[in-house]
Parts: sequence; structure tokens; C-alpha cells
Amino acid sequence: MAEPIIQFDHVSFQYDSQAEPTLHDVSLTIARGEKVLIVGPSGSGKSTLGNLINGLIPHAIPGKLTGKVTVCGQDVAASSVFDLSQHVGTVLQDPDSQFVGLTTAEDIAFALENDGAPVPEMHERVAAVAKTLGISGQLTQSPQDLSGGQKQRTAMAGVLIDNGQVLLFDEPLAALDPATGKSSIKLIEDLHARLDVTVVIIEHRLEDVLTQPVDRVLVIDNGQLIADVTPSDLLHSALLPQIGVRSPLYLQALTAAGVDLATVTGIASVQTVAAPHLESRLRAWSAAEPAAPRRQVGEPLLTIQGLRFGYDRHTQIFKDLDLTINRGDMVALVGRNGVGKTTLSQLLVGFEQPQAGTMRFAGTDLKTLSIKERADRIGYIMQDPNQMISKNLIRDEVGLGLDLRGVPAAERDARVDEALRICGLYEFRHWPISALSFGQKKRVTIAAILVLQPAMMILDEPTAGQDWRHYTQMMRFLESLNQEHGMTIMLITHDMHLMLEYASRTIVLGDDGILMDAAPARVLSDTGVIEAASLAETSLYQLAQRFGLDPDRFTGQVIEHERQGMSHDE
Amino acid sequence: MTNNLFGFAAGDTWLHRLSGATKLLAFVGISLIAMASYDTRFTAAIVVMSLILFKMAHIHWRQIRLVVKLILVFSLLNLLTVYLFSPEYGVSLYGTRHLLAGSGYFTITQEQLFYELNLALKYVVTVPLALLFLITTNPSEFAASLNKLHLSYKISYAVALSLRYIPDIQHVYHQISQSQQARGYELSKKAGPLHRLRGAAQVLMPLIFSSLDRIETISQAMKLRRFGRDKKRSWYMDRPFAAADWAVIAGTAGIIVVGLLLFRVNGGRFFNPFR
Repeated sequence: MAEPIIQFDHVSFQYDSQAEPTLHDVSLTIARGEKVLIVGPSGSGKSTLGNLINGLIPHAIPGKLTGKVTVCGQDVAASSVFDLSQHVGTVLQDPDSQFVGLTTAEDIAFALENDGAPVPEMHERVAAVAKTLGISGQLTQSPQDLSGGQKQRTAMAGVLIDNGQVLLFDEPLAALDPATGKSSIKLIEDLHARLDVTVVIIEHRLEDVLTQPVDRVLVIDNGQLIADVTPSDLLHSALLPQIGVRSPLYLQALTAAGVDLATVTGIASVQTVAAPHLESRLRAWSAAEPAAPRRQVGEPLLTIQGLRFGYDRHTQIFKDLDLTINRGDMVALVGRNGVGKTTLSQLLVGFEQPQAGTMRFAGTDLKTLSIKERADRIGYIMQDPNQMISKNLIRDEVGLGLDLRGVPAAERDARVDEALRICGLYEFRHWPISALSFGQKKRVTIAAILVLQPAMMILDEPTAGQDWRHYTQMMRFLESLNQEHGMTIMLITHDMHLMLEYASRTIVLGDDGILMDAAPARVLSDTGVIEAASLAETSLYQLAQRFGLDPDRFTGQVIEHERQGMSHDE
Repeated sequence: MTNNLFGFAAGDTWLHRLSGATKLLAFVGISLIAMASYDTRFTAAIVVMSLILFKMAHIHWRQIRLVVKLILVFSLLNLLTVYLFSPEYGVSLYGTRHLLAGSGYFTITQEQLFYELNLALKYVVTVPLALLFLITTNPSEFAASLNKLHLSYKISYAVALSLRYIPDIQHVYHQISQSQQARGYELSKKAGPLHRLRGAAQVLMPLIFSSLDRIETISQAMKLRRFGRDKKRSWYMDRPFAAADWAVIAGTAGIIVVGLLLFRVNGGRFFNPFR
């Protein structure tokens, strides 16, 4: 084995703020030049592991550390964040929240500035690293104004400039649209190959990371290292579903078709996966399996006609947009970053005013309604629940909208209780909100909107930052709202799986209005639309293509099969 | 997007091209001498000069409207309180008494009016200078210039970062306030001021919590790039002083000298037209 560069020797760590240790007795070795993926559900301790590599633990985040972490020959506990940063470059989850420079160039130069490097040298090195990452043209722009992919390149450039030996990526896919996510993973692979660095990626979206080669996968669950294996061994094992990490879709298709994973070779990529008689078995399964049912279409609830809007005269976001949402729809609104998905919802709820066009909701012209009145009809749930919550106690928060509408106490309490029951929060009703998890907080914000009894809800990235288990819980809950309570739901999302699995209809927004309005599986079978909207092909599509199956039908069948399988499990 | 309360506006006038340190020095120097001097001719001349500079920096009225109005209200209040507390302060200062109106405690004298005019001029003189500095200095250079004046770079950077985040925080405030309005808080002009104030308080809590999260993330991100390790750092945007910088510094020095000379001519800080 090559020279070890990162070593954990019986490491345990407990945050000062927590009653239980987050990591238990973890021992592992990463060799120089390796590319390693760390997976695990939220709260498993995988980010803690990352923070032990870059020294934020124990130097910036206090807690009790036992055992020894060695990185590039230095004992992490005896070193400092500063010294370690010369060796380990860390790219944090959300590039937006870590930019400090006013321009891209300054942000890239930040580490050098702190080293007191001479100005001409900085300009030279910034230019060189910007060229490596293909952002030379953006140097004078503000990092906030860049596209998602360019932002991430800027963040990478800011750590690459140190010429460190280890690159650490903490959930690099979280803030990116599917196409950008794919190219980021590819870029990381390029850097790994070209710069001869050791790469550590922390991510729970396993399938996306595995689209490029990875040497080893470390699986963390409940603070323990439960597997240290190659990607193929991991995929052959039954470990993933057990710990709540989603296994790749193409393997779910194989399982659905009754293929024993033990007989599969080339399991790590959809392009190489093979098994005895795979093609004929998939074909036979697809022929026998009923096509995914088409959902019934309700009467029109929201009708948008000739909508025009732009934040300023030069950039028109919507020109004559027409759109109808039907009662009972579960719509996924997708498209590139900045194409106007959030703007559309803000126009609907009255945060922004259209320049022209009409929006009618159940026969009422929305123009005649105030923000407050619209909220009684259309609820809008922001991505970050912390931006919506303003009370300390759950009951107060959920009841707030009713209090402000002067609803009598008895009715208020009954409606609050009902909303809490629907959202599965009734048992927590007297809890302070600060004691809840992220997903639970999100439910509180949903309950607080639900209590106003709107006919439609818009949710901005309802599952962002949640692992598969929490994601599934959240989506099942939204699905039951949709199916059992007749709520019309519009989901703004980047998540192709979410859209495939839960949406009855996908609306793809492009620069010139609606690119496509069809069933999710159809959208993901249209290469032109996929490219124009920065979506990504799923591996089901690629699998169907490889074996000459109808991608639309096949995708729908596999997803339907998986959904049914999951409901049997419960 | 919301408008910036005040903040850097990119431009390419000679004022924008000056080094941040030069502008800071000039701003501090001229403000100090203008604050110290009660020579009406001197302060009035500086007011005129800063208005000309405004024109030269292509600053528009709408960029500064809000701040100027706020400051006007506060200075008027201040002038009023000064009068209420000692309506005859001007008399004791200038040593003469030219009564215009009133008797007893509340009198109006030429001396008091003149004194308050001087006070008003002082408010008027520093505000355009400060705005000029803030609007034409890009925040990263602002930090560099504070640091050049031997203020610790950590503090300099903190100041610059908070200036840079003003638009961001305004944006988040806007979002939160909209979501609160959807819940039923009336924050528009329809509601009374007390009601709006209470509603605004509801926005602050989520704003503070989400800002605290951001601060933690950014401070970790900065540590990971060695911010705060050494006593000194360099600045990517650092510009060597150009001829214009030296000229402005010389000009500033000249103004200060004139101000000081006037102290001698007037025999003190006060210019006294009543003698």
C-alpha cells in the first residue's frame, strides 16, 4: 500500500453540546493519491469526520476527542486549522455562504493574502489557477453573481491555490442543479488525475458521485465506520438500504427484474453493468409489468395567461407565459438556476407584481387580492425553515396565522391540532421549536401554512439537505396531503429522483417560457430538454438506451415498482 | 432586489480610482478640521467643495436620498434640543447679545442662531464626505485602507465584511418579511406605525438566527484559509499610490493648514462676526 496520508487511530469525538459521542472508535487509513468517498445518512458523523481532517475539530469546534488523527504527518490535535490548511483544502457545502472576496479574483487570493504574499505573485497565481478551472473570464465579477457551477469552481480555486496534497469536499452536490452536479464530479476527477492529489468526498448522493471512478467508499452510520470497501463490493452488499442511503437507480431496476446482484459484474457503472441474459430479462420484465398508471386530471385551479415580468428593463424573465395547474396536481417545476422558478411562485403569492398578464385562482383574479388574502389560497414554503419561524413554541408558531386573522380561540385550537396531527407533530405540540430537527422544523412551517387551509401549496426544494430516509418521510407526507387531503402541490426542485417518483406532472421552465409540460419520465427521456434545462439523464434512461428499451415506459415501471415495494416494507 | 441603504457603487471617475487609503485619510482629516472649526466661511466652503465632488463622482440623488433624509431629521432634532437646553449659549460664546424675539428663558438671539447655523453646517459637511467615501470605495479596498492606517486587519476586515453583507441581509430581511406578511402580518403602509414596528420585530428573530448560522459558516471558511494566523496580511487589490493620491493628500493637508491658520486669525475656534 502507498504511503498513508490520513490516519484515524481509534478516534472518538463528542461535541460539547451533545450528550452522546458522534464518532465511536473510528480507525481508518487513506493513502496518498487515493480518491475516497465517505457516505452515510444525516447525523451519521460523516461531516464530523471531515472536520477532523481539516482540524476545525478540535480547534474551532469544541468537544472531547480521544484517539489520534494524523494528516500529512501532523497530529491534528497538536497542530492548528491554519497549519493543516496548507495541506488540506476544504470546499464547504454551500459556496455562497463562504465567499469573502468582493470579486472572484480576491476570493481566490484570500489564502495568499493571509499569508502576506507579494501582490504581483498573487496576481500571477490567481491567473494560473483560474485558467486551470476555466474561470479566467469571471475574475472581476462578484462571486455572488456567478452561475452555480462557476461558484463551485471559484471555491475550488480558492483552495487549489495552496497546492495542498488533500482536497476535501463536504457535500459538493448539495447546492447544484443536476447537470452542474455531474460536471462538478467530473471536474473533481480531472483534478484528481491531473494534480495528483488525494481526494476525499463526503456526500450522501452515492449514485451521482459514482458516475466517476472512486477507489474506496467508507460507510459511516451512527458514528461508526461500518464498511471500508470498493464501490463494487458496496453495491453488491445489501448495506445501503439498511442505513438509509439510496442505491443507484439502475440497480433498483435490476432488482425489480429479479436479477440476483451476486451474479452481476461491472456493477459500479450503468455502462458496464452486466449479468447473464440481462437484456432479455429486462425486456421480459418490462413487457410483463403493467405500464405506470396515468393520473387523472382535475379541473383547472390556477390559470396564468400572458404573464410578463422582469426585475429590470434589460432582463425579461417571463414573456407571455401561459400555464394551467389543475386541482389535485402534484407538479414539479424544474429548470436551470435563475430561470425564474422562485420568481414564478413569488408572483403567485404576491411578493412581486407582474408587468402584464392575468393569474386566476379558482375563478378569482389574484390581482384583486393582498398578500395576506392570497395566503389563504396559496401557501408558499421557503427552502430554509429558519427564515419562516418566528415563535418559540410549536403551537404558537402554527397558530400564528389564525391569531392574526382573528379566528376565535376554540376554532383556532381545533385547526392547529388538526394541522399538527396531519404533519405528525401532535405529540411535540408543547415543545420549543429549537429542539426539533431540520426536517421537523420544515414540517412546522408546513403546518403553519396548512392551518390557513389553502387549496394549493408551493414548496421550494422541500428535501434539500436531507438524506434519503428523511427525504422519503417528507415526500410520503406531501404525497398523503396531495392524495388524501386533495391538496394541489407545486414542488420547485433540482432533484430528478424526487420528480420521477412523486410528481404527476413536470413543468420545465426555460429561457423562453415553458420548454415542456409532461409526465416526469417523458421529460427525462427528451435529450434536448434535458440539455436546455440543465437536467440530467437518470441511469434508468441510460440502461433502457443500452438495451434498446423504451426509456419512458421503462423508467415509469421501475419507479412504480420501487414505490410499491417500499409501501410493502412499511 | 431592494435598494442598498448605502454602499459601494462601481464607477470609473477619478474619485473611484483613488486609493482607498487616500480617501480615508482625506475624509478623516477634512472631517476633523471641519468639526473643530466654527469658522462659518471655512465650513461653508467645504460643503460647497463636497457637493462639487458629489457631482464629479456621478452620485445620484436617489442613491443617497434615504440617508440624507434620515440625517436631516436627526440634525433638526439635535438643533432643537440644543436650543431647548440652553437658548442663550450663543450669547455666552460670542460675548454680545442681539435680541430678535422672546423674553425670559426662551429668547431668540442673533448669536444663538449663528451658533446653530454653524452646528448645522458641521452636520452637513461631514455627511457628504462620509457618503462620498462609502460610495466610491469598494469594500475590499476599504479594509485595506483601514489596515494601512494601522488598524488591525481583523477589525478592518470585519468592518468591510459587514458593509459587504448589508445588501445580502436586506435581501433576506425582505424575504422573511414577505413570508411573515403571508402569514398575516400587515407590514405595508396600510397598518399603523406601532403595528408595523411589532411586525418588524417578528422578522428580526428569524433574521438574527439565520445570520448567526451564516456568521459561523463564514468564520470557519475564513479560518480554513488561514485568516487570522499572522499579524500582517497583504491585499490583492492593493494599489500603489499614484500622482492623484499624492495630490489629494497634499490638498487635504492644505485644507487642514487653512483651518488651523483660521484659528489664529480668529483667536480661537470661533469666527465672531459680532465684534
